Amino acid sequence: MTEAIVEVKGIGKTYDSGVEALRDVNLSFPKGQLSTLLGPSGCGKTTLLKIIAGLLPRNAGQVLVKGKPVDGPGPERAFVFQDFALLPWASVLRNVAFGLELRGEPKEKREEVARKYIAEVGLKGFEHRYPAQLSGGMRQRVGLARALTVDADIILMDEPFSSVDEQTRRKFQEDLLDLLRHHQKTVIFVTHSIEEAAYLSDQIALLSPRPGRVSKIVRPNVDHSRSPDEIRRDRGYLDTVDEIWGMLRQYV
Amino acid sequence: MRRWQIASFALFFGLWELTGRWPVSPAFPPFSNTFLALIEMIRDGTLGKAYLITAQPLALGIVLCAIAGIAFGIGMGLSRSIEWLSLPVFIILQAAPMAAIIPLLTYMYGIGMGLSRSIEWLSLPVFIILQAAPMAAIIPLLTYMYGIGLTSKVLAVIMLAAPVIVMNSYKGIRNTPPSLLQMCRSFQGTRVQEVVKIVLPHAAALIFTGLRLGLAMGFIGIVIAELLITPTGIGDLISYHSSTADYPKMFATIASIVAVAAVSLHLLQRVEFRLFPRD
Amino acid sequence: MKTLLSLVVWFVLWEIAGRLKLSTIVPPFSAVIEAMFEIAPTEKFGKAAIITLRSFGLGMGLALVVGIPLGIVMARVKGIGRLLGMWVNIFVSAPISALVPILMAVLGIGETTVVVTVFLFAVFVITLDTQVGITHADRSLVEMARSFGAKRHQLYTKVLVLSALPEILAGVRLGAIRGVKGVVIGQLLVAIIGVGELFEVYSNNFLMEEFWALVLIVFLFAFAISEAIAALERRVEYYAASR
Repeated sequence: MTEAIVEVKGIGKTYDSGVEALRDVNLSFPKGQLSTLLGPSGCGKTTLLKIIAGLLPRNAGQVLVKGKPVDGPGPERAFVFQDFALLPWASVLRNVAFGLELRGEPKEKREEVARKYIAEVGLKGFEHRYPAQLSGGMRQRVGLARALTVDADIILMDEPFSSVDEQTRRKFQEDLLDLLRHHQKTVIFVTHSIEEAAYLSDQIALLSPRPGRVSKIVRPNVDHSRSPDEIRRDRGYLDTVDEIWGMLRQYV
Repeated sequence: MRRWQIASFALFFGLWELTGRWPVSPAFPPFSNTFLALIEMIRDGTLGKAYLITAQPLALGIVLCAIAGIAFGIGMGLSRSIEWLSLPVFIILQAAPMAAIIPLLTYMYGIGMGLSRSIEWLSLPVFIILQAAPMAAIIPLLTYMYGIGLTSKVLAVIMLAAPVIVMNSYKGIRNTPPSLLQMCRSFQGTRVQEVVKIVLPHAAALIFTGLRLGLAMGFIGIVIAELLITPTGIGDLISYHSSTADYPKMFATIASIVAVAAVSLHLLQRVEFRLFPRD
Repeated sequence: MKTLLSLVVWFVLWEIAGRLKLSTIVPPFSAVIEAMFEIAPTEKFGKAAIITLRSFGLGMGLALVVGIPLGIVMARVKGIGRLLGMWVNIFVSAPISALVPILMAVLGIGETTVVVTVFLFAVFVITLDTQVGITHADRSLVEMARSFGAKRHQLYTKVLVLSALPEILAGVRLGAIRGVKGVVIGQLLVAIIGVGELFEVYSNNFLMEEFWALVLIVFLFAFAISEAIAALERRVEYYAASR
């Protein structure tokens, strides 16, 4: 069993309004693997992700990164936002380099790194465009490039493809897996799409709502060496999807 | 677009000409007479000279407003207590006559409001009231403290322009998308970086809008000041021609100030849309 | 509640400033409040208030009767919208007080001038906001009504105007605020009627308590109207449109 690079122990979160979002959540995320938090709306998956990222305070429990407890954001974790969170007044190049800009890296160096990842996400040539000139899918690629540029070990993705159309979404999923093959990253992914989770993940944590709790952990039996289209027709993949749906439908 | 504009102008001036010729009142000259009077006043320099005089308090007031008002509005939007920012303002207050409290206090709080939630709570209601209030009533009061000179008029401009400039700056800061702030925090940006790289660039658009609206209010302020306090510049021209019953010239002056206001505001708006394109 | 508390702090500051005689023109807050209660029941104030309210009401009424229909027409008939649009935009931010001397010359020194001043101050923003509101009225609602066979006038009354109500009310509120400014400025310039006259009298005779009391009353009036319409806006926003 691969060691866990991120662990959450006994996480609890209650909002000021009194709503209990999470209760006693315990999970470990193996290094170098893509783990997904999956569940219906209101199950607290985004809340949990933001707690892991250090963007939301928790009421109980601990978040351990590489064995050490953490309280706020850190250089080893990078976040990809659902609504892209790009600076509308900055070019693609500046947006991708933003993480390094905040660290105080000199301009030349950070732009060099940024250009590399801009090319890797397939946006070469768009360095000097502005977000308003890009499609939704392209904007999210910028968000992903930005997260890669800071060279964090752990990438946290909050429903990154939900603001994008279905066709773009599929391509994105395939490209994401390609990208991750070349970079040794641990990814924690939030989605409400069962197909997406089954396709991408090494491990899926199913969360049940009100309050959010881990109900089951599923390890999809998917052979990622095959072509994307083959995977989507693969027995293991389809069985996983059915299994998960069976467990989640009671919450709809 | 062009055709409509021309048609629109033609319609307006045509109607003006017609109604002017109608013997409703001797005081309402037709467009042609007014236009001729305008040309005459431009030619003999009286219009130019008047604008030079009027422009002074307007420009002074707006610039003071812009610097102080924006600074304060920005301050109002931010929530950190930074004492050294408020100190210079207190120093100014000590030197200035206390009657200036009304405009100066409104300024003071820009910075304060952003720096501390409690100051924001204190100031916001005031500005909301100020925006609705007919400040014009207070203008004649200014003469008692500052006489009938430049200071009163500058203060009149400031009093009318300040609320809108401060409020817009403040709103621009407060409406920063939380998603962008979270993004900055996720990359461990410091609070200073947050303000400089995210909050301020985002607020710039609304700050500029505030300036434009402030200028519009400034025009209104200076006209009222010149009509109520003592006529100088444009106000003087209007009063003089009114008293000598030279209605074409009086009209021409009034039309000119409306036109100047309209054109400068329109140009500012073009600049604004260039700098801050809206999706 | 928090807001009220905030104002209380200001009143306290005002009181202190007044007692310390920091400025000849700023009397203590308590003295101003006292003056408020003194002048309010007087006949002089009553007369002035009636004249002022009358001018304000007439001017605003005219502005509504002209502005709203004009805004609707400008939104629905593109040609008129383009022809008049430029002028509405110019006059919405123009220094209308500059026109008051003309009004005085043509209409004389009296209430008529003030009524027209109020009208001019308010009408342009009402027209503009109505136009914007109607233009941006929910398209899908209009299509829906059409698909169920709504006739022209039904479209207007049952869909368009209701859908645009938030914007129209916003315009009316701004128009009312401007209208108050208009009636004050108009009367200040005309200087012989209503509260404008009272302002003159008080300031000329250095009756500062009365002056500020009157200022407060007028400010409160403007604020009350603004808040009343805002409350209406909030009610309407809830069911008029979900945008």
